Amino acid sequence: MNHAYDVSHFLAGLMLVASFALLYQDRVLAVLRTFALQAIILSLAVAWEAWAQDRPHLFITAALALGLKGIIIPLALHRMIARLGIHRDVEKVVGVGFTMLIGLGLTALSLLLILKATAAAPALAREGLAIALAIILLGLLMMITRRNAVTQIIGFMSIENGLILGATGARGMPLVVEISVAFSVLIALFVFAVFVFRIRERFDTVDVEALEQVRGDK
Amino acid sequence: MDQSAYAVIIIPFASAVLLALLPGYRATARLNVLAAFATFLAGLRFLAVDRGVDQWFIVDDVNIVFIVLNTLVGFTAALFSASYIGHEIETGRVTVGAVRFYHAMYQVMMGSMNLALLANNIGLMWVGLELATLITVVMVGLYRTPEAIEAAWKYFILGSVGISLAFFGTILTYLAGQGALGEGVGAMSWSLLYANAAHLDVSLLNLAFVFLLVGYGTKVGLAPMHAWLPDAHSEGPTPISAVLSGLLLNVALYALLRFKMLIAANPAAMRPGPILIVMGLVSLIFAAFMLYRRRDIKRLFAYSSIEHMGLITFAFGLGGPLANFAGLLHMTMHSLTKSAIFYTVGHVAQAKGTQRIADIKGLSASHPGLAIGLGLGVLAICGLPPFGVFMSEFLILTTTFARHPWLALLPAFGLVVAFGALLLRLQSMLFGEPNEPNHEVKASSIPFALHLIIVLIAGLYLPGALVAWFQRAAALLG
Amino acid sequence: MAETFIALMAQGAQMLLVLLVAPALAGLTRMVKARLMRRQGPPLMQGYRDLLKLVRKEAVVADNASWLFRASPYVIFALTWVAAALVPTFASGLMFNWAADVVALVAIAGAARALLALAGMDIGTSFGGLGSSREMMISSLAEPAMLLVVLTMALVAGTTRLPAVADFFIAQPLAIRVSLALAFVSLVIVALAENARIPVDNPATHLELTMVHEAMVLEYSGRHLAMIEAAGQLKMVLYISLMVCLFVPYGMAPADAGVAAWVLGGAFYVGKLAVAAAALGVWEVSIAKMRVFRVSEFLGVAFIFAFLAILLSFLTQEVLH
Repeated sequence: MNHAYDVSHFLAGLMLVASFALLYQDRVLAVLRTFALQAIILSLAVAWEAWAQDRPHLFITAALALGLKGIIIPLALHRMIARLGIHRDVEKVVGVGFTMLIGLGLTALSLLLILKATAAAPALAREGLAIALAIILLGLLMMITRRNAVTQIIGFMSIENGLILGATGARGMPLVVEISVAFSVLIALFVFAVFVFRIRERFDTVDVEALEQVRGDK
Repeated sequence: MDQSAYAVIIIPFASAVLLALLPGYRATARLNVLAAFATFLAGLRFLAVDRGVDQWFIVDDVNIVFIVLNTLVGFTAALFSASYIGHEIETGRVTVGAVRFYHAMYQVMMGSMNLALLANNIGLMWVGLELATLITVVMVGLYRTPEAIEAAWKYFILGSVGISLAFFGTILTYLAGQGALGEGVGAMSWSLLYANAAHLDVSLLNLAFVFLLVGYGTKVGLAPMHAWLPDAHSEGPTPISAVLSGLLLNVALYALLRFKMLIAANPAAMRPGPILIVMGLVSLIFAAFMLYRRRDIKRLFAYSSIEHMGLITFAFGLGGPLANFAGLLHMTMHSLTKSAIFYTVGHVAQAKGTQRIADIKGLSASHPGLAIGLGLGVLAICGLPPFGVFMSEFLILTTTFARHPWLALLPAFGLVVAFGALLLRLQSMLFGEPNEPNHEVKASSIPFALHLIIVLIAGLYLPGALVAWFQRAAALLG
Repeated sequence: MAETFIALMAQGAQMLLVLLVAPALAGLTRMVKARLMRRQGPPLMQGYRDLLKLVRKEAVVADNASWLFRASPYVIFALTWVAAALVPTFASGLMFNWAADVVALVAIAGAARALLALAGMDIGTSFGGLGSSREMMISSLAEPAMLLVVLTMALVAGTTRLPAVADFFIAQPLAIRVSLALAFVSLVIVALAENARIPVDNPATHLELTMVHEAMVLEYSGRHLAMIEAAGQLKMVLYISLMVCLFVPYGMAPADAGVAAWVLGGAFYVGKLAVAAAALGVWEVSIAKMRVFRVSEFLGVAFIFAFLAILLSFLTQEVLH
């Protein structure tokens, strides 16, 4: 049990590091690569859970995470960026240092929150949930503090990564939910792809700031 | 579990496949209406079907109300959409290519909403709701104008964040039930969780409810997570505004209510009532004030939706048989009235070629039919007798007054403020000299008339069977 | 009596060991870099010859140099030697191990650095001031990260005394610990910054505007420069020994083993040093130096990693106990 915990803790910790790495980047292509890395680590973590919890259907989830989010989606976004000539730089609302500090605060907050609330749950679930919530909050932070539409997509996808991590930690969550999560990721990507196209039609940039002519008080 | 219950899910998805394959706009529009009508009949079937539960689906008094309402408004919205979209294509506001998948997506949306309503498995409920959200996001961006894209983007971002938080809450709920229910698909079924509510882990349940409240609350349009709502309503095509206000908000509220029932059944967990009351009141009063500064007609009614959803949440937060009954009644009345208003508003916007209130004048002279419709609709939503909205608002206020006299002042205040704003705007639109442009509009008045007649009848006389049915649902809601 | 004598000899042996191995280590790094760039490079013993040469040369001191300028090299050398000598190398139970507290070592190294920065500013040249201010900026970012790493070790091992930490880790079964991995990466980054290595600073640069460490010692010559060079090499030994002791202490002889075990431990230790020095050489050849403004981000990464290490080890402790 301890061995199993160590490995899953290791992989979850690496995912958390990847979330921070996502916040650190200032070029869109680097963000894509880091996201692919996070997806690969996620698939490893899920595969390990599949082996350690003796639930072979989780291997399918791991394969989906690897295939979809680790390979197909980054490639698709890469192609889109190249074709549409999207800005390669990520403009930030707040500086990197400050964002990282907020990220550290959010991580500490989520750890404290989950640890307090899950006193009775098994160790693996607690640890998985705590890190999952941290990854979710970091993904939210990324969506808020980056101006580029593509990075907002990636931020949302990293939120879903965190959710899958949390779901695998919770013992026995059925396959249906996991496939649905993957499926909805696909839909989300479709939606986003359509949007990025339309945004590109209307503006010459995928800078979300350019979208802000319409405010809510008409 | 009665097999015919699945029809409300199967029909929409099957017709979606069919609609995606067919070319041409007119055929698909008619097929859309037909499919929606079939779904409505399947929904009516629920009035006579047995209550039942299995691992994935549930049919009980609570969701039958929602399903019948859902299928009805879905049908009338399809009717309205058929004539509306035709006009949009003629004026060139939208291309035939863009409309191609519109009807298919409409059916997928209806199917997934029904899926969410029927689901017993909390994961399945989430899937249905997320699917419906994503589809409406695409449809909001249909016009491809910069404003539409921004509205759809904002809707997507806020909606996805809400959905993610709701999913996290779902995971936590599952974990809360692990002690009592073990693992696997069965442990995610709402009915089992509800039956074992007292044995669920309290701290996990509390945390889960917070996430679920924020997550699903975003989709209900509760302040402060409402920011997507006005944009999505005003920039998307009007049938979508009607569907959003009349349907999707309700389905999200339904999900919220299911979890409220769950946490209320555990005596050691936090009381959901006060939180819902506070959020409802904040939404109500905030939206009421925001009504005064709106210059776009659809945005105006979007804020009105926020206001009414706030009132409904307030009623359900209050709890108890009478308040729950009033909440259910108001939700029904609001759905019908608001969608009716949007049907009219859609045609008004087409007639005048603009959505700006300042540019819409003298409707009673130029388009008397539309003027009557708009006038009646606004009077209904303002809560004037003899319409049904008056009945439900009156019930809510009296219940509140009976239990917490001072509390009743707040919703009353909000309602009065909203009343003033809406009448002000109505007056400026209906009366005065008509201005250019004045297009001819082929308006189908059936959807609007149907809704308003139901609302009128409900205001005058509620059949005993209906009252009993709502009371059973109210009792379940706790 | 004999025991105290042996213990004293052992401690003295450790002090001499670090002193003697320091120039060879720097030479090894230089040699690896040169060979990787397909040059011959200076031989391994060149470091010793350079030090001897410098000692014999005349020390030229500026007219307006103060006592600080003259005394600094010796004090810096002494401080660094003490710190390097305290870190357990071949055995973990030597005579002065009660003093081998990581926080104390960090403080000693900090004192040495402060003195060096002051000496750099002493003459009043602009390059000296440039180097000192850059050095202080780098260390103001590196110190917190270093202390967080120390805190992580303290959380995991329950103590900050190095020999006890080493014993603790030797006794642990082999396990993957992500917080230790993160702490290790953080320590590596801090070590690179403190020892003026690429990507923070290029030790072989001749361009004053790119210098950090070298700029502070531009004015030194003769025996003073020899002391400072030796101190720099000892500092590298200090950090590598620290890394080895904290993260890969295997092979270290326990407190009361015999001379044979000590010799074996010594061999392991020198081997690990050599591996680290060679790895440093490979690293320096593969990476380019950063702009000074990016160094703060780089060290910020070290801080983040160290902080995450603490959070994750806190999580593990909470969850497993």
